[in-house]
Amino acid sequence: MSHPTRKDHAGAKLGMWLFLFTELLLFGGLFLLYGTYLARYPREFAAAGREMHLGFGTANTVILITSSLMAAMAVTAIQRNGRRQVVYLLGGTVLCGAVFLFNKYLEWSAEIGRGIYPGSPRLAAGPPGESVFYSLYYLTVGLHGLHVLIGGTLLTVVAARVGRGTIHAGDFAWLENGALYWHLVDLVWIFIFPLYYLVL
Amino acid sequence: MASERTGSHIIGYGTLTAVWIALLALTALTVWVALNAPGIGHVWGSLAIAAAKGGLVIAFFMHMRYEGRLLRWLLFVALLTLAIFIGLTFFDVLYR
Repeated sequence: MSHPTRKDHAGAKLGMWLFLFTELLLFGGLFLLYGTYLARYPREFAAAGREMHLGFGTANTVILITSSLMAAMAVTAIQRNGRRQVVYLLGGTVLCGAVFLFNKYLEWSAEIGRGIYPGSPRLAAGPPGESVFYSLYYLTVGLHGLHVLIGGTLLTVVAARVGRGTIHAGDFAWLENGALYWHLVDLVWIFIFPLYYLVL
Repeated sequence: MASERTGSHIIGYGTLTAVWIALLALTALTVWVALNAPGIGHVWGSLAIAAAKGGLVIAFFMHMRYEGRLLRWLLFVALLTLAIFIGLTFFDVLYR
């Protein structure tokens, strides 16, 4: 390509933030559903919430916070021209995301093994509030898990492009926006954790 | 163009690590509150701690503290919209 391409860093970031706001409203809607059903079925929600694995929830919170730290450090590193550091930090972020999803697999396996999944005979026989709780749990956490998967893929692509030198200190909008997406994933989990694992 | 450099403020590793430690401390606090605080207090306590953690992530990890007025106002409008949705819904649900 011989013609110079004009880069609009501020515009790229603004676009990313606008997208993140729609994501906030998407998850906000799910939290709103949770809140209204909690007001309707407080006892059933409390009974169902006590069956959640606090250990998995806490471990995954620490893992995501740490991954978010490394993503933020990667942005600092690229601004300081530390290309190798960026690749290591993003690798650490993606690794944390993979561990997070593996924990999710173990947690969901244990729950499904006990007959807890949408439409399961056990939940169909139980009170309606309990199946609403678990349906919302699988929907919200599943959608969040999908975001972890997308964010991990995005940051892997970004790390490869940093390695090749197409993302560098002079033009790192991709890295910055990828990191912003990852922080949003962390942010959503910060609210999922108390709602599903702690308050009930 | 000078304006292209706005918003590319560099946040040091030390600041980021301090924020991370604060986030871990708040996580430990929220687990402690959930296990030890009785009654309805722990719902609001847990949500307040989550809001504080979210604020730290947005301000430092997402650089919002160093952004210009446009992004700050947009964030405010987005959060206000969410708050209006939640507020009006509960106004309906709780007082039927």
